[in-house]
Amino acid sequence: MSNDILIFAEHQAGRVTRPTWEAVAAGQSLAADLGTTVSAVILGSKVEALASELAAADLTEVVSVDSPLLADYTPDGYTLALRDLIVQRQPRFVVFSHTYLVRDFVPKLGAALDRNFIGDCLSYRREGGRLIFVRQLFQGKFSADVEFAGDAPYLVSFQAASFREDSVRRGATPAKVTAFAATLSPENIRQKPGERFREAKQAVDLTQAEIIVAVGRGIKKPENLDLARKLAEALGGELGASRPICDSGWLPMDRQIGSSGQTVAPKLYVALGVSGAIQHQVGMKGSRTVVAINKDKEAPIFEVATYGIVGDLFELVPPLIEEIKKVRAG
Amino acid sequence: MKIIVCLKQVPARDAILRLNPAGTWVQETDISFEVNEPDIYALEEALRLKEKHGGEVVVATLGPARAQQAIKEALAKGADRALHLDDPAFLSLDASGVARALSRAIQKENPDLIVTGLQSDDFGFAQTGVILAEILGLPHSTIIMEIQVTDKTMKVKRELEAGFFQWIEMPLPALLTVQSGINKPRYATLKGIMAAKNKPIQRLSAADLGLQAQDLAPRQKIAKVYVPVKKAHTEYLEGGAKDVAAKLVDKLKNEARVL
Repeated sequence: MSNDILIFAEHQAGRVTRPTWEAVAAGQSLAADLGTTVSAVILGSKVEALASELAAADLTEVVSVDSPLLADYTPDGYTLALRDLIVQRQPRFVVFSHTYLVRDFVPKLGAALDRNFIGDCLSYRREGGRLIFVRQLFQGKFSADVEFAGDAPYLVSFQAASFREDSVRRGATPAKVTAFAATLSPENIRQKPGERFREAKQAVDLTQAEIIVAVGRGIKKPENLDLARKLAEALGGELGASRPICDSGWLPMDRQIGSSGQTVAPKLYVALGVSGAIQHQVGMKGSRTVVAINKDKEAPIFEVATYGIVGDLFELVPPLIEEIKKVRAG
Repeated sequence: MKIIVCLKQVPARDAILRLNPAGTWVQETDISFEVNEPDIYALEEALRLKEKHGGEVVVATLGPARAQQAIKEALAKGADRALHLDDPAFLSLDASGVARALSRAIQKENPDLIVTGLQSDDFGFAQTGVILAEILGLPHSTIIMEIQVTDKTMKVKRELEAGFFQWIEMPLPALLTVQSGINKPRYATLKGIMAAKNKPIQRLSAADLGLQAQDLAPRQKIAKVYVPVKKAHTEYLEGGAKDVAAKLVDKLKNEARVL
């Protein structure tokens, strides 16, 4: 397998997850560009069905690492199992989707292999013989071209939606599934994970809202939330927020939009003083029309805005409420 | 218990950032710096654990002389002492270099717990803590929202995607990266600021830590930093507040048809 691409597959509740298919698309794209073959690996307990689901993609091989010790994800278990496989097969690239699970163990895997991990990439490109990965700095204010130094295997993860699930190439026939026996023992797995759970039932379901007014740090003080609330009322929409606002306790956590909160897709999304860090964008990119009001013209939110207004939200929102009321009344 | 907090200083959130002439990083002259926000939560968590269980909070910071300001803030809030890793060889390290340097300083301390913020606001690698755990041979967990310590084990609440959580048990010593919002960080008191003046800050160079050039060699290189190419066709509306408001409402009604 040396010089090959290996894709890491995740699963949840008996299904291969959407980020995994995005990683498959990324891996297939890299393999096509580098003229190499591409395989995938799936870890877990009793994963035959998952392995065959994955084998529908155009892959040389699906490697399944099946062990009762991998029934629940732990960073120790996943690192040990994958390290064994990577040491044996020496792929050139191991491709991940940048999920919470990947963030949790891949830096450890890199250190265990004494190899490097470039995480959270948006894209890659070839320049001559060089392979350049693009990732964000300063919460999206800048982009950086990053290259691996040192030896393969290279570990790389791509941000959600960097590659499209529907661009995965299906195989004419299912890929062969090979079992790999990793050396795992219970005493080497130090984390004991419990069940996944959600906090008390969410009071607001922003996923169903047609119009959302979201506030970010630019709102400055909890007292100013009233202004945003009035705008939401005038529009007949719901109030949402970026993470820092909920972290500060200015709005309850169930109003949070982003990777750790709700993913919304309203027909109108008004972002007031939201800088639009990637964690926020992931939660609202699907909105049909996005209005961004921010005094910082470099704010990343403008990249996903339909209409952008660079200015002071405290000056802009009051006349905006008046105009909306006029239109609604007429 | 002895707790180490890894704390980094980063350009301030509201700093106007400009690229350096080489286009490889931002210009660090004439901007203000502050403590990396997630690390403020990590420090607060450590101080609360100390208040509950007794012990010591030690700050570990890698950075140039200006990072003293971040260290002093942490000491003023209640950390007991600090390790300041400062050496020209430490400039522009990647996550594995930083983790390697920190590991040498922390190893000697033999802590019960290491806490870090989940990522930095500048590079945003979200890797240093996890690599550090691996180098030190410690169990770890990331994106933590609650920590309950009982004797030699602890239970932590890990944040998952889409509003899910999970409790995880693991033995001490261990390393945790904490999520912003885990607590309400305190402000330094005047008394704290005065007390901080007498708290020890130990400066450690690469030589002090027995670090050679190859230990710190970069594994990834930033070739170029630039302002992101805007993909979407954002239509910017300009003019006075009243004008812009009217224009926007007209667009929302007649163009986007969402009103």
